[in-house]
Amino acid sequence: MSKDVDEVTGIETTGHVWDDDLRELNKPLPKWWLYTWIATIIWGIGYMIAYPAWPMVNDYTKGLLGYSQRAAVTQQIEDGKKAQSKMWSGLETTPLNAVAANPDLLRFATASGRTVFGENCAPCHGRGAQGFKGYPNLNDDDWIWGGSFESIQKTIRHGIRSDHEETRNNAMPRFGIDEALDKKQISDVSEYVLSLSGLSKDAAASGRGKTVFAEQCVSCHGEDGKGNQELGAPNLADSVWLFGSEKADVVQSVHTGRGGKMPAWEGRLDPLTIKALTVYVHSLGGGQ
Amino acid sequence: MSENKFLDDPKPAAATPSVTSIDVKAVNRKEDRSLYATRQAIYPKLAHGSYRKLKWILMFITLGIYYLVPWIRWDRGPDLPSQAVLLDMAHERFFLFGLEIWPQEFYFVTGLLVLSALLLFLATSIAGRVWCGYFCPQTVWTDLMIFVERFWQGDRNARMRLDKAPWTIEKISKKLATHLTWLLIGVLTGGAFIFYFADAPTLLRELISGTAPNVAYIFLGILAGTTYLLGGIAREQLCIYMCPWPRIQGAMIDHDTYLVGYRDWRGDPRGSHHKGDSWDNRGDCVDCKACVAVCPMGIDIRDGSQLECIQCALCIDACDAIMNRVGRPQGLIAYETIANQEAAQKGGTSKPKIFRARTLIYLGLIGLVSAIMLWALANRSLLEVNVLPDRNPYFVRLSSGDIRNGYTVKILNKLHEPRTFKVELTGLPDASLRIAGNPDGNQTVEVPTDVLREIRIFVVVPKKSLPQLDKQGESFVFTVTDQDADRTTRRLSRFRRPK
Repeated sequence: MSKDVDEVTGIETTGHVWDDDLRELNKPLPKWWLYTWIATIIWGIGYMIAYPAWPMVNDYTKGLLGYSQRAAVTQQIEDGKKAQSKMWSGLETTPLNAVAANPDLLRFATASGRTVFGENCAPCHGRGAQGFKGYPNLNDDDWIWGGSFESIQKTIRHGIRSDHEETRNNAMPRFGIDEALDKKQISDVSEYVLSLSGLSKDAAASGRGKTVFAEQCVSCHGEDGKGNQELGAPNLADSVWLFGSEKADVVQSVHTGRGGKMPAWEGRLDPLTIKALTVYVHSLGGGQ
Repeated sequence: MSENKFLDDPKPAAATPSVTSIDVKAVNRKEDRSLYATRQAIYPKLAHGSYRKLKWILMFITLGIYYLVPWIRWDRGPDLPSQAVLLDMAHERFFLFGLEIWPQEFYFVTGLLVLSALLLFLATSIAGRVWCGYFCPQTVWTDLMIFVERFWQGDRNARMRLDKAPWTIEKISKKLATHLTWLLIGVLTGGAFIFYFADAPTLLRELISGTAPNVAYIFLGILAGTTYLLGGIAREQLCIYMCPWPRIQGAMIDHDTYLVGYRDWRGDPRGSHHKGDSWDNRGDCVDCKACVAVCPMGIDIRDGSQLECIQCALCIDACDAIMNRVGRPQGLIAYETIANQEAAQKGGTSKPKIFRARTLIYLGLIGLVSAIMLWALANRSLLEVNVLPDRNPYFVRLSSGDIRNGYTVKILNKLHEPRTFKVELTGLPDASLRIAGNPDGNQTVEVPTDVLREIRIFVVVPKKSLPQLDKQGESFVFTVTDQDADRTTRRLSRFRRPK
């Protein structure tokens, strides 16, 4: 191709001529740009050969380096487990109530326990284990089934009124529905229960209720109403109310009975995880 | 064809017996500047004079500081690095002689940078681009690279001849030697850089034996490559096209700033001069272009103040030598203020004004920032205490009706010895405090050396005292007392309760 030079500007033209005299100046891309572009193409070809690139019908091209993101993640998880394995085996060999004495182990157990708690327990007990009506607050010192390491672990493993064979189980009778007590008696005994923690406003009714309480309730809740952790009977004389401290709440408890459920976690969580979870729940502040 | 651009027509100039006009054209002179231009080689001639000497000395000092500082030892005790300046990334610590900066104290580094910027402003407002001309790493390393080039290939004319000559064994060996020396300087530069991040003697041993961490080799390679590329190949292009400072520095320059400039009122009209000719009705400039030949930026200082000029003052040296030879006073090119330039055109002089509003403001700011930094340094705490109240739940009602709040307290011990702290509280009625993991009544915490210890604290206020909080408010104070030094740190916090 002969070089056509534009007379006015002195710049080479592309050689095409339109409408007799219309020409285009040849202004190529800067060289560095062109070479960078070619280099990226070469890089791209190399990349496609070295790494997984093309989707096929049932498969994809694997690449010469054999790289796989999935394998990389699996490896990272393996590495993470390996890095933690010393702590896990330490947790396994240390007796449950001795974990707290080892600061490193305690930190590891509470950290793993917090994660497990967030994933499994928080829907009912809340992110901060603060509980809701009917779902116990695990931060306080009021334990229905006991707050020692062993008691907490047993509750987590077997659940409460769960389908596990060794589940913790009891039943608050349905005094109203089963017509064991009439409405007035229920009202009176509720008034008495409230009086145990100084919340009653009707001394006469609570006096009448004391008799009802002595007949119907002491076998589980005790003569002074302080409950019995062996039977899972709540302390009625303290400031913590699982189902509320309004009279209507108490009346409902007596009338229809109560029976919250907690699933058994044995089989769903491995024993070591339950151990870590126990340490975490115990560390919330109310552990005994 | 492009060669003709910087080589004037080889017609024999009207050579004078005393001064020969140098065959040179300013390749970066104003009319030749265009975007997308191919770079034209610059062959700076070696200047002789006081500014060249000053630049050699400053090069020696600045490169000396850069290469040798990592090797200064500083005894800090057994468990700490003994390197005076060390950026310890792995342990998140920055050691600067007696000073130890933790990540949360990075404002010291910010302060140093602010101070450096202000010093740069001050220097620029007094004497123009002294940073660019004498101290900027790009200038210093380029100067070093040109020195290497001159060492292997000779001065300006020899280098130009060599570049035009066909590729012979001699040319190849000279070029190879130049580039290999540049690369060696690059490797040494990169090598010195990584010594700031690890114990220098250990790292050197590892580097040589091939056991150093990969990141050390990578950074060595990057720094070696950039030094070779920017100092050896790119040179003045970095200042002209890449660096923002030439665009910014104009804002610090005013009529009383000393700038390297050509005194046109004395030099023009310029022209060649023969021995014995009269100096009447003409300027002192003999148009010998010595100033252009020595310029590393390829400009003609006689065009006036320009962005490309880094004010290295080599043209002053070149011109002074010529003035001596033709018997005219030195200083045709000199450090000069615009005010004096204007006054001289009218036959007068202008008094130098070093202390003026601009420089005084910069000085004041430098004083202020230095004072703040010294104050912060003097009051630097070797203990940090953070109190985070539990947010979920805010409070816990205990079976007795008492209210308990939980706090996470973080104690950071920056002293290089274990310390025991006693944690107490004041300002809550009948409150009791328990540290998780401690037996009841034991309110001391041991924090090992250089460690952030996180503890859980439970504070209980009895039921009967809760009404008091309605009156006095829920604020109270944690006190953390260093048992050995009897120093107390206080942190305000709040006690939440049902309302």
